[in-house]
Amino acid sequence: MPDLRELYQEVILEHSKAPRNYRALATANHRAEGYNPLCGDHFTVYLDLEGDSIRDVSFQGSGCAISKASASLMTQSVKGKTRAEAARLFDQFHKLVTGQAPANGNRAELGKLAVFSGVSQFPVRVKCATLAWHTLHASLEGKQGTVSTE
Amino acid sequence: MTTAANRLPREFRSAQLRDAGVEFDVDKVRSDFPILRQKVRGRALVYLDNAATSQKPQVVIDAIGRYYERDNANIHRGVHFLSEHATEEYEGARKKVQSFLNAADASEIIFVRGATEAINLVAQTYGRTNVRAGDEVLITAMEHHSNIVPWQILCEEKGARLRVAPISDSGELQLEDFANLLGPRTKIVAVTHVSNALGTITPVQRIIEMAHRGNVPVLVDGAQAVPHLKVDVQALDCDFYVFSGHKVYGPTGIGVLYGKSALLDAMPPYQGGGDMISSVTFEKTIYNKLPYKFEAGTPHVAGAIGLGAAIEYVNGLGMDNIAAHEHELLAYATETVSAIPGIRLIGTAKEKTGVLSFLLDSIHPHDIGTILDQEGIAIRTGHHCAQPVMQRFGIAATARASFALYNTREEVDALAEGIQKVREVFA
Repeated sequence: MPDLRELYQEVILEHSKAPRNYRALATANHRAEGYNPLCGDHFTVYLDLEGDSIRDVSFQGSGCAISKASASLMTQSVKGKTRAEAARLFDQFHKLVTGQAPANGNRAELGKLAVFSGVSQFPVRVKCATLAWHTLHASLEGKQGTVSTE
Repeated sequence: MTTAANRLPREFRSAQLRDAGVEFDVDKVRSDFPILRQKVRGRALVYLDNAATSQKPQVVIDAIGRYYERDNANIHRGVHFLSEHATEEYEGARKKVQSFLNAADASEIIFVRGATEAINLVAQTYGRTNVRAGDEVLITAMEHHSNIVPWQILCEEKGARLRVAPISDSGELQLEDFANLLGPRTKIVAVTHVSNALGTITPVQRIIEMAHRGNVPVLVDGAQAVPHLKVDVQALDCDFYVFSGHKVYGPTGIGVLYGKSALLDAMPPYQGGGDMISSVTFEKTIYNKLPYKFEAGTPHVAGAIGLGAAIEYVNGLGMDNIAAHEHELLAYATETVSAIPGIRLIGTAKEKTGVLSFLLDSIHPHDIGTILDQEGIAIRTGHHCAQPVMQRFGIAATARASFALYNTREEVDALAEGIQKVREVFA
């Protein structure tokens, strides 16, 4: 049986209440919007890209604890990374929350993001955990329009 | 745990049922619903998502099974025994719906897939014939998307305008504004009987009277009403009434459009095909009479029969008894849940059915839903396909518990305890 404490870990609750990098970014040269029409979660991700690397990143919006904490931790994780590194991190994060990562695999690269491992036991919440990441991805790709996890 | 339940004197709790002079044995009712016997996530299932869909009593499940085991055949065309029998069963279901709504004639009952299809049917037939550029369609601010979008499609096509009557902070229709919006350009009024997101019972009788003074026909969306209220389409004098079978203990995929025969007769068909014609040549097709003109193709025979069985089941319990039980449950739930710190109820109209939409502090409804689910409690979270209602209250979503005839006070207590658990997780 899935464990609620696995999902709502202390770090996640704390980030959902006091999200980091929660602001519009004055220096942003990329931005994208993510929207989950089924639950109404809505985020904007701002990026300050210098060449190939993410100089600064921030977000704003509203959503559940999982989506907000995920956005918060994501901004911390990708700051200073290159596009390729951020994409690789997203890939690992996606495997983690969809239960495709080996249970005893090396999660060192994920760092704090490993707190989202409990999401894999709650399949309907995967889209909450990945909304900000999909939005970041769109922002990096310079895509127009709103991203959706549906 | 001390809940509001324990503080209420027992005499008060059952006063309403006693006044109604009825005995409503909810334990016996529950035993009619096999799905309620199961455990979910190791807990007894507490199903409080009835506004989304209701569970099915054994008699409905059996009626569908029996049809496929014994009676299955195509209807209205066979000369053989089974076809004759299936036709009788299907038309028998229509008669049950007729008397359920107190329609004047069985031919005024059109079987469709659900309330959504019924509204689309009216918008695309009556609407396309009668609504022109500059005309107006009047709805309310508490409609389900299914009573908004079909009219938007129509208005866009015709260059007509969709007008929306506002609602108050408690979720009641503002009748004065409604009256002011009703004018010479209004060609049809489409209004919900009960709001799915708020539980508000709208004053349809008065709305219909007001509209009829200007000869404007009224469509009533009864999807959330028929499981909870006695509906009499002749007493209401509504022009169209629609509902879905699955919300009133019947199967999915079957619903009803009631229409006054004079209106239905004048309307063009919705879909062309078999069964809706009386003769076809390549030069000219003559449409069938009512209700078949609107039932192209082989219908959902099993669904109609299942719906008939659901109506018989509801009739057997008595709508007055059901309403009294649910009313008492709502009063108890409202008191119990609103006593929890941090709770804000959305939808506090005086006249309500068993819908409790709420927010808890700044905790997102999805998180509430996930935590309750771990306790075996099923509620709906989100915008409830009524985004304009959410916008009206300046919120993105609510958590919604909605009650049916089989729900109990113990389940309300479980809900309250579950909400306390949510508070603990987010403390």
